Amino acid sequence: MDYRITHLKQLESEAIFVLRETAAQFEKPVLLFSGGKDSIVMAYLAKKAFWPAKLPFPLMHVDTGHNFPETMEYRDRFVKDLGAELIVASVQEAIDQGKVVEETGVNASRNSLQTVALLEGLENGQFDAALGGGRRDEEKARAKERFFSHRDAFGQWDPKNQRPELWNVFNGKKHHGEHFRVFPLSNWTEMDIWQYIKLENIALPELYFSHERECFVRNGVIMAVTEFTQPQPEETVEKMQVRFRTIGDTTCTGANVSSASDLDAIIDEVAAARNTERGTRADDKRSESAMEDRKKQGYF
Amino acid sequence: MSEKENNSGYLDMDLLRFTTAGSVDDGKSTLIGRLLYDSKAIFEDQLEAVEKSSKSRGDENVNLALLTDGLRSEREQGITIDVAYRYFATPKRKFIIADTPGHIQYTRNMVTGASTANLAIILVDARKGVIEQTCRHAFIANLLRIQNVVVCVNKMDLVDWDQAVFDKIVSEFKSFASRLDNLINITFIPASALLGDNIVDKSENMGWYNGPTLLYHLETVYNGSDFNHIDARFPIQWVVRPHSDKYHDFRGFAGRIAGGVFKPGDAVKVLPSGFESKIKSIHLMDEELKEAYSPMSVVMTLEDEIDISRGNMLVKANNPPKMLQDIEAMVCWFSSTKSLSGRGKFIVRHTTNDVQAIVSEVKYKVNINTLHKIEDDLELKLNDIGRISIRTSAPLFVDSYSKNRITGSIILIDPLTNETVAAGMII
Ligand SMILES: Nc1nc2c(ncn2[C@@H]2O[C@H](COP(=O)(O)OP(=O)(O)OP(=O)(O)O)[C@@H](O)[C@H]2O)c(=O)[nH]1
Ligand SMILES: [Mg+2]
Repeated sequence: MDYRITHLKQLESEAIFVLRETAAQFEKPVLLFSGGKDSIVMAYLAKKAFWPAKLPFPLMHVDTGHNFPETMEYRDRFVKDLGAELIVASVQEAIDQGKVVEETGVNASRNSLQTVALLEGLENGQFDAALGGGRRDEEKARAKERFFSHRDAFGQWDPKNQRPELWNVFNGKKHHGEHFRVFPLSNWTEMDIWQYIKLENIALPELYFSHERECFVRNGVIMAVTEFTQPQPEETVEKMQVRFRTIGDTTCTGANVSSASDLDAIIDEVAAARNTERGTRADDKRSESAMEDRKKQGYF
Repeated sequence: MSEKENNSGYLDMDLLRFTTAGSVDDGKSTLIGRLLYDSKAIFEDQLEAVEKSSKSRGDENVNLALLTDGLRSEREQGITIDVAYRYFATPKRKFIIADTPGHIQYTRNMVTGASTANLAIILVDARKGVIEQTCRHAFIANLLRIQNVVVCVNKMDLVDWDQAVFDKIVSEFKSFASRLDNLINITFIPASALLGDNIVDKSENMGWYNGPTLLYHLETVYNGSDFNHIDARFPIQWVVRPHSDKYHDFRGFAGRIAGGVFKPGDAVKVLPSGFESKIKSIHLMDEELKEAYSPMSVVMTLEDEIDISRGNMLVKANNPPKMLQDIEAMVCWFSSTKSLSGRGKFIVRHTTNDVQAIVSEVKYKVNINTLHKIEDDLELKLNDIGRISIRTSAPLFVDSYSKNRITGSIILIDPLTNETVAAGMII
């Protein structure tokens, strides 16, 4: 007998193992849910890990307030179907309370403010582990991260001094006030995510599929016209056939021209893609080590 | 070649995890960059970013090592500090690459990357030959029982593509490796990571070499499973109790199978209690499975109501692991602040168990160059490898590491700092 499972099933099994270790090793974990495909797959795997019981931890959405309405509808439906508890950590509240100051100007983004709302959300809920949908193939600093990533009392990552992580024996021990970020999807690629969504027939927000919407081009990035992203006078608005490869805050998520309206078409598109999915993320373009710097401060 | 060009057959791909090893500056990161670049697994924006930073650093060529050296300090110093994981696929195989640091100071990160690998590429600088760090990494690969080793003699461009240099290094390495019991499948490839010779494309400068290119070898090498499918071991991670109307009496035991094959109807024994029962059902969410084996994550239910909790193990009665409180292990020491001489108190983590433990003795250390036992200096310090005896506060259910990588491995945690100070392979 040849007892083998496919690489996708190996990734599934690994992620479920990590999710269960997190539930078992920490007192109060929380799953960070953005409404993007990675966090959807992670939450789906959490359902698999603990079925037929409910998730032993709540979901937390770090809400910049700059959402696509489609994401919010999806989020609320998804959470209800899952029977999970949802906590919202609001960037708007942090701004209103004067804890952070908003960027100004045309390219203002609340992306960096997410870190503050996130760290506050974790502290308010006294969460000691935050499950994130980050993948090592996304970005060069992420490629360096452990499954169990230790954070000091200030939520900071010390990339030069990470704990060794042997086999799949995870060490989640920590001092009071410290916490961990845990990344069950570490070894998944964008292609793995899409293939798995298809294999398991997981419903996604409409934004991932081709649709017509009003857009304009800024710094080479196609931006959707939304309440929060308005064209400047010199920028022209056009109706375009687009879809999103990643979904984040509207102010830093670019669209791609695409006619891919179902999963098979998206998979073909991902297979032929010549740029990474974060290539349309304005937040990574700010400097060479933008991601590392944000992660050091406590970003996802 | 790349994952991008291939879609059909995706659900039927084999997974090979490999790691790089070798001394600092031997060209490990450059080699991985070259492998990704020549097999077209690099995206345009990634390449642009690397071209841009190469230029601003004043590098002559595009510095392909920057594709994996992603941290700011790594780029500043031109060395690798921590493991980078990269992914690519060819029509038959999906690869997970761990590019590890060669610097001795970061050996623990090398061990991290190597611990999950099925294959190790050990690089040797053609000008330097086999040096201490080559030996150390080969020794670690052997200790971790990595089945396949490729010795890549790199920088052949700097020795005039000379076959004599290659042959000499091959025999140097062979004579060292003959003393390592597990390094059996060794393939030697002369290469230039910088120029791309014998990485993806066959070298035009070394007509004397008739063997495979590195990529061809990675795609075709026999990838025997590292999982044990003989000795049934199911360490319990979590007990599933839904407390819902529909699943009122459901009591499932969740975990990832560490060895053997389990089927509904199988008689099983619970450790440490010794109670016996039969498997009623095996679940993966709404799927009911007819059998489950390593490395699958599942939930099992039993015919009888038995008290079982995290840290327990389900096994078959006729083939149990050893239940031990006295454990012998080879360890790699990782801590720069805490050394071990004589006795010490630690937490041992083994599968899903945590126990208090006392190291009762350091038996010997290994001299990496000669492979001789050192018995007159028994202090284990950063990057040392040695054999220790441990006494645990409760029995662990163990196999030897050579029999099962999962039930045969432990880590040692310092109870004061919570740091992982050592990795151990049970003898
Ligand atoms: N001439 C020549 N130079 C090479 C070759 N491969 C790598 N180099 C150079 O050797 C230097 C070190 O290469 P790296 O790839 O960073 O070495 P490394 O083994 O990853 O080093 P660490 O990760 O720090 O241990 C760089 O300057 C490379 O350009 C080669 O085949 N020929
Ligand atoms: Mg390197």
